[in-house]
Amino acid sequence: MSTFWSIWISVIVLVVVFGCAWLLFATRKSQTTDVETDRTMGHSFDGIEEYDNPLPKWWFYLFVATVIFSLGYLALYPGLGNFKGLLGWTSTNQWEAEVAAADEKYGPIYAQFGQTPVVELSKNEDALKIGQRLFANNCAVCHGTAARGQVGFPNLTDGDWMWGGSPEAILETLRNGRMGNMPAKGVMPNMTNEQVDQVVNYVLSFSGREKDAAAAEAGKAVFAQGCVACHGPEGKGMQALGAPNLTDNIWLYGSNYEWIRETVLHGRVNEMPAQSGRLSNDQIQILAAYVYSLSN
Amino acid sequence: MKHEIVEKNLGLMIVFIILVISGGFLAEVLPLFFLKEVNEPIEGLEPISALELEGRDIYIREGCHVCHTQQIRPFRAETERYGHYSVAGEFVYERPFLWGSKRTGPDLARVGGRYSDAWQRQHLFDPRSVVPESNMPAFPWLFEDLVNHKGTAAKMTALQTLGVPYTDEQIASAAGELEGKFEIEALVAYLQQLGTVLSDKR
Repeated sequence: MSTFWSIWISVIVLVVVFGCAWLLFATRKSQTTDVETDRTMGHSFDGIEEYDNPLPKWWFYLFVATVIFSLGYLALYPGLGNFKGLLGWTSTNQWEAEVAAADEKYGPIYAQFGQTPVVELSKNEDALKIGQRLFANNCAVCHGTAARGQVGFPNLTDGDWMWGGSPEAILETLRNGRMGNMPAKGVMPNMTNEQVDQVVNYVLSFSGREKDAAAAEAGKAVFAQGCVACHGPEGKGMQALGAPNLTDNIWLYGSNYEWIRETVLHGRVNEMPAQSGRLSNDQIQILAAYVYSLSN
Repeated sequence: MKHEIVEKNLGLMIVFIILVISGGFLAEVLPLFFLKEVNEPIEGLEPISALELEGRDIYIREGCHVCHTQQIRPFRAETERYGHYSVAGEFVYERPFLWGSKRTGPDLARVGGRYSDAWQRQHLFDPRSVVPESNMPAFPWLFEDLVNHKGTAAKMTALQTLGVPYTDEQIASAAGELEGKFEIEALVAYLQQLGTVLSDKR
C-alpha cells in the first residue's frame, strides 16, 4: 500500500477513535452529578417526560474500555495502514503456522506410508483407516461411501477393472485420471437400427440373456465390424483403452436391453478426474492401498 | 457540549451520523479501489467465455449462491478440503462477486475439474442419485431449456465497459456460440472452470 493511503487510513482511524473518546467525555462533563435525581429534561409529550440522569458509571467505563481496547488492538495487530502490528500477525502466516504444525504431526506418518509399496500398505490397518477417510472425503461422492459405485461410476469392490487393478494401474488412475470414450455405434457410424438390435442381442448373449437368438447370431458380424477394435474378438475388453469386459455380467451403464441399446446408440464418455493436483503423492499412495484392499 | 444540542438539532445529528459512517467507508473501503493486490488479476486469469458467463447467470438465477460460497478462507481445515485459499486477484472480473455468506452446501470456489461433467449433470438432475444424504434441490428444467442468448452480447459489452478485457470479436461471436446450447451445458461449463486458474496444489 502506498504511503499516501497508509497515512490516510491511519489518520482516519485515529481521528475516529479519539473522536469517540472526546465525545464520551465532552457529553459527560455537562452532567453535574452522578447521583440519580428526579430532574427531568423539561419537555413533555403526551405527558411523557424524560429524566436527566447521567449514564451509569459501569456503562460509561465500558465505553472507555472499548477505546482502550481499540488502541491496544491497533498496537498489536495490523490496522494502521502499513504498520504491521507488534505481533506481526497476518492471516497468511496464521494459516502457514497451522499447516506447519499439522505437517510436523502427520508428516512423518504420511512420509512413511508414502514410501511403502501399495500391496504391503494395503495390509496396514492404520494406513487403511487414513485411506478410508481420504476416500470418504474425496471419492465417495461418485463411487459411494461403500465404494460400490452406481450407474456410470464403477464399483471398486468387485475385482472387475476397466483400467486395470494392479497397484501401478490404480496409482496411474488416481494420479492422472482416466478418460473413457465409447463412440456412438462404436467404429461403425452407419450401423442401422436393425444392426443395433442385433449387436445388443449378441452382447446380451455373452451372459446368456439374449432376447432373440437369431438376432444375436446376426449380431456377431456387426460386433466384429463395430466393436472388436476396443472390446476384443471375444468381448473381453481391453484395459489399455478402458474398454470394459462385456462377458462378466458386470455393467457400468445398466444391464438390460434398453440400457445397452442406449449405450450403443449414443456412446458413453466417462471421466475419472486426475487427483495429483489435489492430493499429495503420499495421500495418493495411501488411497491406492485402500482401493486395492477393497478387492484383494 | 450538551447532548441536547445534538438531539434537538436534526440537521446537526444527520451531519454527525454521516461523518461516523463515512469514517468507516473512507478507511476500510475507499483505499481498496486503489490497491494493486485487489485490482490486478492473478497470472493467467482470463474473462470467462460467453457460455460460462450465461452459466454464471443461471447460477445466480437458481440461487446457488444462497447455499454455496465461493470463498476458501485461509484455515487448514478449509484448504485441506477445498484447495488453496482464495485470493482477491482471482475475482477482479467478477461483477458481482459470488462469495456468498452461508454454506448449506460445500464451498465451490475450486470445484472446477473436481468431478466429471457426467457427474455434474447427473447431480444437478437428481442430487440424491449420486449423494444419497444430499438436501440439494434438483434442477431438471436445465436439461430442457435452451440458453437465452438475446442479452449475452449486451452483458459482455457492459462488463467490457467496466474493465473486463473482452475483445470485440468475442462479443460479436457470443450469440452464435450459444445457439442450441442447453442451460445445463452453460452451468456445467461455468462450474468446471471455477478456481482452476490458481493451482490448488498444496
